[in-house]
Amino acid sequence: MNKILLIGNPNVGKSVIFSRLTGVNVIASNYPGTTVGFTKGILRHAGKRIEIIDVPGTYTLDPTSRAEEVAVQMLDDIKDDEQTAIVNVIDATNLERNLHLTLQLIHRKIPMVIVLNFWDECKHTGVSINVEKLQQELDVPIFTTCGITGEGIKHLVDSLEQAKVSSLKFKDENIWNEIGHIIDNTQHLSHRHHTLWERIGDASINPIAGLPIAVVILGFSFFIIRLIGESIISYIMEPLFNNLWTPVLMKLSALLGGSGFFHDILLGKLVNGTIAYVESLGLLSTGLFVPLGMVLPYIISFYFVLSFVEDSGYLPRLGILIDKFMHKLGIHGLAIIPMLLGVGCNVPGALATRVLETRRERFIAATLMAIAIPCMAQIAMIFGLVGSYGVGAIFIVFGTLFIVWIVLGLILNTFMKGESPEIFVEIPPYRFPYIPGLFKKVWMRVLWFIKEAVPFVIVGVLVVNILYFSGIIQFIGNLAAPIVKGIFGLPKGAVGALIIGFLRKDVAVGMLIPLGLSKSQMIVSSVVLTMYFPCIATFAVLLKELGIKDMLKSAGIMMLSTIIVGGILNLIL
Amino acid sequence: MNRIPLIELKKGESAIIVSHHGGRVFERRMSSLGLRPHAVIKKISSQLFHGPVTIKVGNSQVALGHGMARRIYVERISNE
Repeated sequence: MNKILLIGNPNVGKSVIFSRLTGVNVIASNYPGTTVGFTKGILRHAGKRIEIIDVPGTYTLDPTSRAEEVAVQMLDDIKDDEQTAIVNVIDATNLERNLHLTLQLIHRKIPMVIVLNFWDECKHTGVSINVEKLQQELDVPIFTTCGITGEGIKHLVDSLEQAKVSSLKFKDENIWNEIGHIIDNTQHLSHRHHTLWERIGDASINPIAGLPIAVVILGFSFFIIRLIGESIISYIMEPLFNNLWTPVLMKLSALLGGSGFFHDILLGKLVNGTIAYVESLGLLSTGLFVPLGMVLPYIISFYFVLSFVEDSGYLPRLGILIDKFMHKLGIHGLAIIPMLLGVGCNVPGALATRVLETRRERFIAATLMAIAIPCMAQIAMIFGLVGSYGVGAIFIVFGTLFIVWIVLGLILNTFMKGESPEIFVEIPPYRFPYIPGLFKKVWMRVLWFIKEAVPFVIVGVLVVNILYFSGIIQFIGNLAAPIVKGIFGLPKGAVGALIIGFLRKDVAVGMLIPLGLSKSQMIVSSVVLTMYFPCIATFAVLLKELGIKDMLKSAGIMMLSTIIVGGILNLIL
Repeated sequence: MNRIPLIELKKGESAIIVSHHGGRVFERRMSSLGLRPHAVIKKISSQLFHGPVTIKVGNSQVALGHGMARRIYVERISNE
């Protein structure tokens, strides 16, 4: 055996077990559909190398969503591969429903073992399972685990070789009878009282109480994100840059003679005889300060709050509350998940549209996200720069984007063919987030940001310099002047920001500062920069997810609505 | 016995699923999340303006659209 597929229902903890087995970190959350692609890792055990694959969760082998298709495809691919086994991960507190997939897997005649995960939760949910009997009934080895603490994992690893093809026989149409028979013989449920979590759970999807609860949770989340972000900036990042880094750069500046080509590329232009981190536009000044000093603090605080909310299990409930409204936009309530992930970074947001069932929904969700949802990097810059024009300006920027999100959704839903399917989703139990796991997840996401974003920012700053030196920006500026000046009312120099916005939108927002824009120009340019086109990283993912034809359609919608919205803003402000 | 569509069940009431009215694919899809004939369910909430209905089935909770809930017939379990 050299390959193992981890397969099971959504949200049964496969990804946590995968991390335990391989040491490869993957994002796990408390809602169905976190894993939408597959992740591979290597388990080294007793001198052997076994490839482990974390398959997206599926309830059935008759797929109903893109993520489920991925899972079934992977099973089809290994049909004749004798070196592959399955580890079927089951949520022990939900045995009956999970067995449906298990029995379908048994029909595939692939060697397997079963893992009863969340074993520790059985006790207080009043579920008791006779593992030995269950093992006899299903005729495959069964292990109990608690993925979060790692209990039972070692035993599982030691016993993987015992994977076998079950001899259980039943007809497909009798699958539920067979499950009923197995459950009767192996599981005992005892009555218990409502826990506090369940009461909170019921209240948060109550049609009346749910909305104020949602407003409080979202408002509080926003407050915490702002608080943590601004605190890191004012107490850590700004002092670090101003007191430690500025002296170093000033020495370097003196060494390079205070100006010239290399001076400007590395340090940028001095403003009033010193480094201005946002305006100087040098690799070592702006190139480092924008990603680390202004954006990173918000990335940390946003992902901390998002990860907490994700792990608590609240997001699917929020999806249910706003489902009816989201249908007016052509998507259902669960599309809130790609939207919220998109606030962090549009790339994972675009990937998460896979939780939606139809092509139409995925198109609408991806387009709405790319057009109206600025990523946290850009939001941080807007807070930092537009904020100096007053809170009202920030409010107009985000208010406009929110209106665009709604109006464009209404339009797409009216004019695109087809319907949006109804929501159909399992709601996970509320859990208090496992704190070490939470920190690990935040760390992974922040690390991903540093690895992905910082090089792009530096390249972006370099490209800006080259474009200015070579005169290309001025040239394109003249070409685009009718739109930029005529429709948006912005100076020609703003074209540079639009070009760089394709690389990094946070740097692009920073490039607006030296232009000396008025308040209304700043608002127009922030909105235009968000809407006109996705950044290159998001563009690449969208191209893959939507295909070239739909991506072109989506891009056309983006540019057209940017011209309309930018023009209107310019007229009324 | 009195068969009613799932949407007519009141909050907090329990029932047994009797039948699906939406074709085989619909029935298979509902069944994959445990909403199959003979399953015991309890209604937890339903959103206003024909929004999604949330029910408890087994140890899990499932939310389904109003249109789906209209096509699932149940029989109330009387609370004696």
